[in-house]
Amino acid sequence: MTQNEREVIIEIKNLRVEFKGKGRKPFRAVDDVSFEIYKGETFGLVGETGSGKTTIGRAIVRINPTAAGEILFKGRRINGVIPKELDREVTRKIQMIFQDPMASLNERSKVDYIVSEGLYNIKGFKDEQDRMAKVSRALLEVGLLPEFASRFPHEFSGGQRQRIGVARALIMEPEFIIADEPISSLDVSIRAQVLNLLSDLQKTKGLTYLFISHDLSVVRFIADRIGVIHKGRLVELAETEELFGRPFHPYTRALLSAIPIPDPQIEKKKKVLVYDPTCHDYSKDKPKWVEITPGHFVLANEEELRQYEAMAG
Amino acid sequence: MTEPILSVRDLVVKFSLRGQILTAIREASLDLYPAETVAIVGESGSGKSVFTKTWIGMLDANGWADSGSILFEGRDIAKFTTEREWLTIRGKKIAMVFQDPMTALNPLRTVGMQIQEALELHQGMRGEQAKARTIEILAEVGIDMPDVRYHQYPHEFSGGMRQRVVIAIAVACNPRILICDEPTTALDVTIQAQILELIRSLQKKMGVTLVYITHDLGVVANVADRVAVMYAGEIIEYGTVEEIFYDPRHPYTWALLSSLPQLGIKGQPLYSIAGTPPNLFTDIPGDAFAPRNPKALKLDFVKRPPFFQVSPTHYAKTWLLDPRAPKVEPPETIKALRAKHDERYAL
Repeated sequence: MTQNEREVIIEIKNLRVEFKGKGRKPFRAVDDVSFEIYKGETFGLVGETGSGKTTIGRAIVRINPTAAGEILFKGRRINGVIPKELDREVTRKIQMIFQDPMASLNERSKVDYIVSEGLYNIKGFKDEQDRMAKVSRALLEVGLLPEFASRFPHEFSGGQRQRIGVARALIMEPEFIIADEPISSLDVSIRAQVLNLLSDLQKTKGLTYLFISHDLSVVRFIADRIGVIHKGRLVELAETEELFGRPFHPYTRALLSAIPIPDPQIEKKKKVLVYDPTCHDYSKDKPKWVEITPGHFVLANEEELRQYEAMAG
Repeated sequence: MTEPILSVRDLVVKFSLRGQILTAIREASLDLYPAETVAIVGESGSGKSVFTKTWIGMLDANGWADSGSILFEGRDIAKFTTEREWLTIRGKKIAMVFQDPMTALNPLRTVGMQIQEALELHQGMRGEQAKARTIEILAEVGIDMPDVRYHQYPHEFSGGMRQRVVIAIAVACNPRILICDEPTTALDVTIQAQILELIRSLQKKMGVTLVYITHDLGVVANVADRVAVMYAGEIIEYGTVEEIFYDPRHPYTWALLSSLPQLGIKGQPLYSIAGTPPNLFTDIPGDAFAPRNPKALKLDFVKRPPFFQVSPTHYAKTWLLDPRAPKVEPPETIKALRAKHDERYAL
């Protein structure tokens, strides 16, 4: 299957998100970012704290307004002012899973309400019986028991709470889920459970994920393609193994070199590269977003591009 | 063999919570040798933080060392009761670096004063001398323009820089043992690598013994000489870092390594540990990991295994090492890790 034949579910074109400070120039959290997410894939977005990866996710679910550019969901623009009907559809079809299940679940509500809150918002059920049936089904799908509906979040362990967060997204019957650091606050032994749950759901329901994380080893395991973001700009994008095997951008190289590997002989010998942003001379020659080999994009100016092409052989 | 500088024997730590008694540490023993790096790994609630906190008298008020001993410089510090006794050790001989540098630092005092405080309290330095030494330490932990930074407040520092300040406070008094409790968990990978490098270089210079508490096995592989694996308040296996990664023996160590995404195969489910850790309010018979171990033996549920020796440096608490035990193969991921290691050796 070539890239052109794949159905695009999310398309982001020259996206810019700004935050306004007091009187000062607005801060550009996301600047001129463009990428596509194909139906059924897991797209990983990695970068350090403050790089803008979460802001992109929040712009897609329309929490953060966009300053410029377009976000298309199945070919229709969903940022800015949109018709009410499309708004309802997008509210349902795009869901988000948050990082900290302790902070993102209302501690004063029962699981029953937490899971069905989205349904209330779009009046997505016929009667009380229908709603309860939907809650039970969502809980079962994430490996919890329907009885848990009458409990409060504090009665659950971290892994179970994250499952509630997933159930709350699933009940809306979404097509696209943004998972923002969904396992970062979980314990090592629980992480595997949640990762497995996400991939099972993807297989059975044909879901598409945008997986946002700073942990490259997790992203490598779960993502089909990865975008690397640095200070609000996408610097490189490729299929996972291509990116790990042949990184071009110096930032990507530095990031990959710093991943801890659970193998003492390799880990003790490794050299960590340091990224120095001043290595780019963009004063005359501005960088562009270029497809250097099929499906592998990098942010580079003409001169850098020649170097990268030489590296690609 | 060199003498250990700290020797913990059969330590039991209990907490009183709402009228109930919780046993957080169940007969854990560990020796620390001069200038080595030991990593203590385990999931949250396994007791790894509590275990090290007993060495510096920082247990919460409702906790106490119930039995066992901690020998340090000829004294059993598990018997300490007063704050005055602890002040001869804490910060001075054994120091700690905490996970979150924002909560470890006082936001209302300048960074310089917070380092200087340690020098004045423990080293008896005063005035200009203390200030000069503080600026020197700031430079040693890799902070540029230390004389300017001396007058700044924690909020003016980035996360990585703040952690450098916390490290500066901890090493200001030349401690013999430095405990790093998840020192890089709150940081990005690139910054993490820098902080680990800093701690390593300080160790080389000062000859301090390092104890890392972490759940990140990648970090363990990077820093540790020896590893101790904790589960439900017990040390269930310890050995050199190579023994633990390439030849682990306890089923819990197998499970912990197998559940790492780095070692998983894409498209296949990751190994995950079923169930939850045991309730520490009740008495745990047998091997605490048995209820979550699909291959547990009958004996595991009734009788607590002793330590079996694998090598002079490698011990594990599992009945699988008893000569009478049936042969249980480690999971595929563990064998693969081992095979990769053997392959490198053959070259």
